[in-house]
Amino acid sequence: MKILVCIAQVPDTTSKIAFTDNNTAFATEGLTMIINPYDEWYALVRALELKEAGKATAVHLITVGKSEVEPVIRKALALGGDEAIRIDVDSNDPLVVAQEIAAYAKAQSYDLVLCGKESIDYNNGVVGAMLAALLDTEYVGFATKLDVEGNTASLVREIEGGEEHISSNLPLVVSCQKGMAEQRIPNMRGIMAARTKPLAVVSGTGAQAQSKIVAYEMPATKTGVKMIDADNMDQLVQLLHAEAKVI
Amino acid sequence: MILVLAEQINGSFKKKTFEALQYAASIAQHNNDKVAALVLGSAQQDAMQELGAYGAQEVLHVNNAKFDAFSAKAFAKAMQHVATIHNATILIAPHDVCGKAVAPRVAALMQAGMVAGAIAHPTYNNGFEVKKSVFSGKAFTTIAITSPVKVITLVPNTFSVTKGEGLAAIQNVEVTINDADFATQVNSVEKVTGTIPLGEAELVVSGGRGMKGPENWHLIEDLAKVMGAATACSRPVADSHWRPHHEHVGQTGGTIRPNLYIAIGISGAIQHLAGVNSSKTIVVINKDPEAPFFKAADYGIVGDALEVLPKLKVAMEKFKAAN
Ligand SMILES: Cc1cc2nc3c(=O)[nH]c(=O)nc-3n(C[C@H](O)[C@H](O)[C@H](O)COP(=O)(O)OP(=O)(O)OC[C@H]3O[C@@H](n4cnc5c(N)ncnc54)[C@H](O)[C@@H]3O)c2cc1C
Ligand SMILES: Nc1ncnc2c1ncn2[C@@H]1O[C@H](COP(=O)(O)O)[C@@H](O)[C@H]1O
Repeated sequence: MKILVCIAQVPDTTSKIAFTDNNTAFATEGLTMIINPYDEWYALVRALELKEAGKATAVHLITVGKSEVEPVIRKALALGGDEAIRIDVDSNDPLVVAQEIAAYAKAQSYDLVLCGKESIDYNNGVVGAMLAALLDTEYVGFATKLDVEGNTASLVREIEGGEEHISSNLPLVVSCQKGMAEQRIPNMRGIMAARTKPLAVVSGTGAQAQSKIVAYEMPATKTGVKMIDADNMDQLVQLLHAEAKVI
Repeated sequence: MILVLAEQINGSFKKKTFEALQYAASIAQHNNDKVAALVLGSAQQDAMQELGAYGAQEVLHVNNAKFDAFSAKAFAKAMQHVATIHNATILIAPHDVCGKAVAPRVAALMQAGMVAGAIAHPTYNNGFEVKKSVFSGKAFTTIAITSPVKVITLVPNTFSVTKGEGLAAIQNVEVTINDADFATQVNSVEKVTGTIPLGEAELVVSGGRGMKGPENWHLIEDLAKVMGAATACSRPVADSHWRPHHEHVGQTGGTIRPNLYIAIGISGAIQHLAGVNSSKTIVVINKDPEAPFFKAADYGIVGDALEVLPKLKVAMEKFKAAN
């Protein structure tokens, strides 16, 4: 079984968000870029576990981005994985990302494609489902558990107010979230090994964007917190009712 | 035509579907278009007709019991098929488990640009633009969809609904589907019973490490019960097994957007805020007046949670009795 793990680069969560070019672009200067946590902690680690258990024969990592994402994909390789592919395309349109990954993945016939539940920058959570459509496979979103026996995957996925235990034939695309695996810290051996692992750079297929970001804005800052005396909970309840109108 | 994915749950529909229909109706009004609800699987006739009261002129019903089981592949195939034969140009679904699996898939099949998690109605000044929240609520972006077919998912609990008049006409639609389109099989479902599902709750009472230990959680549960609220917690609370993991909200847990979020003994770390800061109103109860959460709050109470909670419960009970 061959596994492909989709790795996105995102700004660290503690980053201060700022915009440039009259609020039409996101300022990346001075930001620490990290592997999208869902991709790293859950999708990648679970793929490595499946390989360690002898169920996967190969784990490949793929990212869509220009050369500046290479340090992040090397970091991912330091955790494990046999080789990485970078598709040399810069796009904010998730459909472009999915089309580029699909074009590469099709030729390689992966049995399992794992991605994160969403990228923590644009919070879309759509690339996995789009990929499944383009690869014409089934898709399981928000999986918290994944195992494979032969040609069948067994999964647990989160649904509203509970969870579902499901099985599915391979090939399959899965979006992964907490519960799937435990975060790993790369060790020195992994970091050294990552330096010499193959990282292929592939040019894109020229997929066209169907959407574009036209403006960024900050949310209106809270007008300031209204402090209420701890002995006056009737006042809080009144405010929630009459002013905030939430009860 | 504007086509709305109206997910039936045991034959009837939820509020998020009504929100999506009304959102679609307002676009239809602007574009002089009409709204159809796509219903897949067995549904009650009157529940389908009632979708008319929320803006659906017609219901396109794929009355095939196969669709009572969920499959992203089969659902998307059906939606694409119906959208194509009816020339639908705008496709809408709630940004929930079903919508998040189906809508992007249809977008990919139809080469359609999409906005995942819209929080505002489209604007038409420069084409077709929709706003969504990004960086876990720290910013917003406006996205222009440039393709002929446009796909939008809507964050639940964001758009208001008012029930109007009218019944939708029901039209049966055939979709060819084969067993291979249902590659996933649900073996069992475990529902969290007896409580309000966190993702759908309009009111949420949440506790952090400041609650001191699981033995104090009855204070949170009691308040939640009086209010009809769901309960949530910070990550260390779930990590310490004081509460089940599905209650954990934040960057690595669930993202919620209730009308009211009451945070008790939670410091307000950025990773926690990422999951809750889109809540309409935030109340923070913390004994430390310098707790960062107060900066994100609408109402703040400085005090010991174990003392404030019983008082708040009494005040809520009084309010409930009077209203
Ligand atoms: C990559 C990453 C991801 C993370 N993801 C998440 C996530 O998804 N969700 C999450 O919640 N956290 C997450 N965290 C952890 C986060 O950074 C904080 O450590 C965590 O939110 C703190 O939880 P807390 O506020 O309950 O506890 P603490 O930080 O210990 O705060 C307890 C608060 O309670 C107050 N307090 C103490 N006693 C009382 C009392 N008697 N009455 C009233 N108030 C009292 C204190 O003043 C303090 O403000 C993540 C961290 C990292 C690094
Ligand atoms: N540029 C990218 N390169 C590779 N994988 C990506 C990229 N963007 C998103 N993904 C994958 O798709 C998942 C969902 O991303 P998104 O739909 O952008 O929220 C992420 O968790 C990644 O696994």
